[in-house]
Amino acid sequence: MDGSSFVFPNDPHVAWSIMIVLYPYITGLVAGAFIVSSLYHVFHQEALRPVARLALVKALCFCAFATVPLLLHLHHPERALNIMITPSATSAMSGFGIIYSVYMLLLLVEVWLVFRADIVARAQSARGPSGLLYRILAFGDREITKESQAADAWLIRALSIVGIPAACVLHGYVGFLFGAVKANPWWSTALMPIIFLASAVVSGIAALIVLYLFMCWRRNVTPDAACVRSLSRYLWSSLIIAVSLEMLELVHMAYEAGAEWHVLSTLLTERLAVSYGVVQVLIGSLCPFVLLLLAIHPRRNPKLMQSLSGLASVLILIQVFAMRWNVVVGGQLFSKSFRGFVEFPLPIGGREGLIAAAVVLTLPLIALWVAGRLLPLWSADESCQT
Amino acid sequence: MNFGLNILNNSAGGCGSGNSASDGCGDHGACGGCREASPERSRRDFLKRATTFAFGSFSLTLLPVSSGGAAEQQAIALASGASSATGVSGAAAAVKEKEVLYGFLVDTEKCVGAGKCLTACRVENNVPEGYSRTWVERFVHFKDGRVQVDLVPETGYAGSDIPAINPDLVERAYFAPKLCNQCVDAPCNQVCPVHAAFTSPEGIELVDPDRCIGCAYCVQACPYGVRFINPDTGIADKCTWCYHRIQRDEQPACVESCPVGARVFGRLDDPQSEISKRIAKIPTSVLKEHLGTHPKLRYIGITGEVN
Repeated sequence: MDGSSFVFPNDPHVAWSIMIVLYPYITGLVAGAFIVSSLYHVFHQEALRPVARLALVKALCFCAFATVPLLLHLHHPERALNIMITPSATSAMSGFGIIYSVYMLLLLVEVWLVFRADIVARAQSARGPSGLLYRILAFGDREITKESQAADAWLIRALSIVGIPAACVLHGYVGFLFGAVKANPWWSTALMPIIFLASAVVSGIAALIVLYLFMCWRRNVTPDAACVRSLSRYLWSSLIIAVSLEMLELVHMAYEAGAEWHVLSTLLTERLAVSYGVVQVLIGSLCPFVLLLLAIHPRRNPKLMQSLSGLASVLILIQVFAMRWNVVVGGQLFSKSFRGFVEFPLPIGGREGLIAAAVVLTLPLIALWVAGRLLPLWSADESCQT
Repeated sequence: MNFGLNILNNSAGGCGSGNSASDGCGDHGACGGCREASPERSRRDFLKRATTFAFGSFSLTLLPVSSGGAAEQQAIALASGASSATGVSGAAAAVKEKEVLYGFLVDTEKCVGAGKCLTACRVENNVPEGYSRTWVERFVHFKDGRVQVDLVPETGYAGSDIPAINPDLVERAYFAPKLCNQCVDAPCNQVCPVHAAFTSPEGIELVDPDRCIGCAYCVQACPYGVRFINPDTGIADKCTWCYHRIQRDEQPACVESCPVGARVFGRLDDPQSEISKRIAKIPTSVLKEHLGTHPKLRYIGITGEVN
């Protein structure tokens, strides 16, 4: 090839846009948050107790809206249930209905069990519409016995154990959707599900740190330093794994230098120079690595540690979004002729525009705010009031 | 070397007369003779079929409606342009009677880049502007080693703004028409989550407009850039080799409109068809063979630059 540009005539129409970027981003936040919750419920990481409930509710709120970007993306959303009614056994995508439904159900049951005692108590004490709501949510339960609480604890632990592989499947499957497209050399790698999974854990923990610090600030409460430090440690370790896998894939592609490497190298150095090189690698990976390294030092002042962790988490959230963007949109910026590139100006308005994307990302946060009004996200023994 | 689709009409069961034992037929995906000859292949086929059967049974157990049956026959009728109830049953009956396998041959040594096929396709299939079910690429190999590729305008080169090329600098040039490869192992069909992508009994990849959800996974999966989401209907659109026409024993619109016979369409299971005779005589190749999609669209006279 001599560099002459040629694009197949249908390739300028980028078929998967920002909504398909948001979908793995949201499911990643779900999977990561759930794993944090499981670290407490299954592996008894007591340091994570302050955020255990928040993590679970956050997972539920984001999971509840995970299908919204997909519905906005589908050209025939009214037929969306076809994916469950007439699934094709040969399609990776057809597993979505079952995987998503099972995971959503699991989350709902676990959240209900975690908050059952509070719901029943409020059903007895609250009056008016809120009392009615709690009585509905209590499903007829009127008292909490020690035996039922023990059963709840056992069930919560069991669901948390089952939920870990379920969360991995939910997100690993998203990676598989891309990794199994042999027509696209930017996507087609067996590492893709693992890369998606690792970055999901990273984004989930980062979002939890940001939310926890923000909510503590709003509630005028001092964040639990041990909890933030513990989360930061997990985040730092996960970040190393995720970024290593991403770099491993890239180095492998470059070293192998297959037939399409000339296109991919141009894609990286020209088309994705900012979103990959600057945002994903430099700002989103290297900076948080250093910030977290400084933050997790045992003798670090708690306030400084929290600031460093918070900043690193925000950068990581941007990194993971950039990673999703670079995979999904980046993979469509070159033509399947492997001789040219296409432009993708992200629309502001419309069903798959920037505003719609912002709304989609805001909806789970609103749901979380509502959930925070209805359910006690914080332990009663939280002793860090200022 | 003889490329193998001719074995489909070779009662002797070989891979074409020109093949050595080491050569094979070059198209094992479509080669029944090779399957019989190789026990390893037979085992693979058995495993493949058993897996498909297992998955298929599971799918059927879950939801009986997911199988093709009447719905698929109706979709075939829709794709073939029949809208009335009579038309639907008529097309379905016609499909049952016909046990044929179609193929397509593009002779790049004949194509002159007239662009007639492009207009014919757009008109015949009501293809929206800005999208293409078929197109023609011009490959110019310069003496200094450069290769230039551009898209033939639908009106042909006359009056287009594509600058003329000095013929003294050119070592070789040819036109490569592109259309659906109708792969035997079509990735677009594989990835469709709702059975909207399906294969007709004649081996033509079609889209059921009543099932397609417009997810565009098939668009991503097609290695040849042939599929697109129709902006008017919101469903996946693609070249069907003019399935509605071949149901009426007519040639696809692009074939009929070609002034030089560069596009040849016909039955691979008929040894007397023009396509069978030509494939038997002339070496042909397929696009992106390494992907293992086993296209039924074959080319004469292309270089490795064409993908």
